[in-house]
Amino acid sequence: MPISYDLGLKPTTLEPVEGEEDRWILNFGPQHPATHTTLRLVLELEGERIVRCTPDIGFLHSGFEKLGEHLDYNQYVVVVERMNYVCPVSNDIAWHMACEKLFGIDVTPRCKALRTILAELGRMQDHLLNIGVSGLDLGGFTAFLYGFNEREIIYDLIEALSGGRFHPSYTRVGGLAQDAPPGWTDRVLDFVRNRIPPALRDIESLLLRNRIFIERTRGLGVISHDDAINWSLTGPVARASGVRRDLRKDEPYLCYADNWDGRGAPAVQFKVPIATGGDVYSRFLVRLEEIRQSCSIIEQVIAMMPEGPVNVEAERRLTLPNKEEIYFSIEGLIHHFEKIMNNRGFRPPLGEAYAANETANGELGYYLVSDGGKAPYRARCRPPSFINYQVFPKLVVGHQISDIPAVLNSLNIIAAELDR
Amino acid sequence: MATTDAIAALQERFPELHFEARPLVVYADGRASDQLWVRVPVERLLEVMGFLYDDPRTRFEQLSDLTAVDYLNYPGATDRFAVIYALLSLTHNHRLWVKVFVNDPDPTVPSVTSIWRGAEWPEREVYDMFGIRFTDHPDLRRILMPQNFTDHPLRKDYPLTGKGEREAFEVVTRESA
Amino acid sequence: MELKRTVELTNVHTGGADFAVTRFDHLMDALKRHGINWARRHSLWPMPFATACCGIELMATGASRYDIARFGAEAMRFSPRQCDLLIVAGRVVMKMMPVLQKIYLQMTEPKWVISMGACASSGGVFDTYAVIQGIDQFMPVDVYVPGCPPRPETLLEGLMRIQQIVAEDGVKTSRERGRGLRIVVSPPAGRVELGPGFVGAERGTASSDIHR
Repeated sequence: MPISYDLGLKPTTLEPVEGEEDRWILNFGPQHPATHTTLRLVLELEGERIVRCTPDIGFLHSGFEKLGEHLDYNQYVVVVERMNYVCPVSNDIAWHMACEKLFGIDVTPRCKALRTILAELGRMQDHLLNIGVSGLDLGGFTAFLYGFNEREIIYDLIEALSGGRFHPSYTRVGGLAQDAPPGWTDRVLDFVRNRIPPALRDIESLLLRNRIFIERTRGLGVISHDDAINWSLTGPVARASGVRRDLRKDEPYLCYADNWDGRGAPAVQFKVPIATGGDVYSRFLVRLEEIRQSCSIIEQVIAMMPEGPVNVEAERRLTLPNKEEIYFSIEGLIHHFEKIMNNRGFRPPLGEAYAANETANGELGYYLVSDGGKAPYRARCRPPSFINYQVFPKLVVGHQISDIPAVLNSLNIIAAELDR
Repeated sequence: MATTDAIAALQERFPELHFEARPLVVYADGRASDQLWVRVPVERLLEVMGFLYDDPRTRFEQLSDLTAVDYLNYPGATDRFAVIYALLSLTHNHRLWVKVFVNDPDPTVPSVTSIWRGAEWPEREVYDMFGIRFTDHPDLRRILMPQNFTDHPLRKDYPLTGKGEREAFEVVTRESA
Repeated sequence: MELKRTVELTNVHTGGADFAVTRFDHLMDALKRHGINWARRHSLWPMPFATACCGIELMATGASRYDIARFGAEAMRFSPRQCDLLIVAGRVVMKMMPVLQKIYLQMTEPKWVISMGACASSGGVFDTYAVIQGIDQFMPVDVYVPGCPPRPETLLEGLMRIQQIVAEDGVKTSRERGRGLRIVVSPPAGRVELGPGFVGAERGTASSDIHR
């Protein structure tokens, strides 16, 4: 079947217009170094100035939501991670939060603490890549290497926890795949105290007061406060335009909520950086500061880390019991069968649920519709990249072609989340 | 998580529509979810949405998500498609889900892009995946599938592995290069 | 390696004057193959066709820890005309397949293709209406690198296999190679039977010990 790439655009003018003899159309992507993986833009240019920009997406549409109707609540986490692939563990946490909201259960304190640490590590992963690539897209390769170096340490930490360095598939309904190995929290603490501050100092010395960087990014791609709300923007993109919204503070979950362990533990204290410029430079600053706040959150959670099981009790028939119980008690064996066998599995209530996390990209939420079976009836992901990208054509009009990578990177478009 | 105040305001303004806010899910032990939804008939959608946006007691400034569900095989479903709007109020910090039910053939819903401009792409995606048309949309084209694709993949009668579109490509061999 | 084989080949008695010419030809051939292929395999310029998660691991392979520059392959040019190694990293969907084929056709000879990851090799986790279940259905592939995503070390192993293919391939164009080589990253233990295009085939040694 020959695929048509014709967007049905009505050309504004292709004949030479008085004073605008330089009007031409350029196809940008989908294979282009400046497009973050597979995006296509059809640019109508006047010389080098952009007059109109039409994005064409779907070059990575893999049918995630359809697949969600065929895989059960624990199997689908493998697929969900592959959506926002620069911070895969954040997707796991968001997905299982939605599943647990549908089932109406609350996880154990130790599970909440570990999930919070992972959520913050995921946020740092995403921001480090974004900051590194903001240098790379404008021509400075070194910032990218500094960012990636620290991400490698985060990969090592996640690999120690789950066995997979990139896609851990670590969370389960009602808990986690396994507990953290001994000494893991010390490694995280060492990373956060001794590795991140010098790395951030290095990146700042390259980019923060770099005159070229500032002149290329300040005043570029400005979104006003009201526009950010009306266009449904969330995350650092919205906060850089002055929108005071962070789900960790406004709809607290995990360790961001007071009394998260049921015995009066306080919520973690942190600040949410808000900028007022609304331009690419402001988004860069917001992300840089969020990394620092993440370090502080991780230190607080490790200081409060509770002991105990990571899974909810096995009688709930949601998690796999311990191997000792399976092999040495009949109840453990029954619970194991109830979970594993083909005609058993999950039995959620009939209904719908929505749960959202504040990930590095914005509000990542899952809307689950359940018909009582072991797979969701509909698993809808609210993708921050897709919703943030809508505003892109308005941001680049009037700017030059070389400003496109800067703006595109500041919106942090992950193609797999965009297309699903 | 909508405050009872907002639901009361809605019921006051539109008494003829008999709004009833139900929880999205009721758990096995009898507790109800704190997430509420209301059903709006499709012909009054824009009026109701405009009210929810403007009225100071509701003030839903942001459309968090716009999606659709195909209730073809769902136990106890009366209509086939539901377009679901997830509304968020930043001033009151509450959410409300609004559902509009439409049916085959030719499911059509008015577009809310005049109220929330961030509905543009989600509506295009719903059109692409389900075939639900939105009137007065600035640019209703397919967004994720190729432009000349004819089916609507997320409908329940479309198979997971497709109808052979993914196999129908030319083969490039080493000699053709 | 090539010089040793040259000596073996010239031990055939062909008679007086022919002997000298044949030996010189074989020597030049071996030097050309050895020299040019050495240069080619130690300066492969990848064309990163990075679509999804494997793209990030490709970037990680190019970053400081798993430096791909050690293999001479850090020049990731995004123009197909300047590259010789197409690394398809990530799932390829219906809408993207013609683009991938076009890029492959635009690359200049000699060229090789690495199919990185499970999704490019076979569709991976995504057996859906949109994802191509293996790019080798529609375009030639030289090396398949397994993993989801493959660790950078695995990708480097795949790169080393391509280097081996380049070393043994000679300076033939793809037309002369026929159907091409079918070496995979993890061959079964023992010998692997190769296709007719392999240089030693006509001598009756149609196999290769990968772990030489």
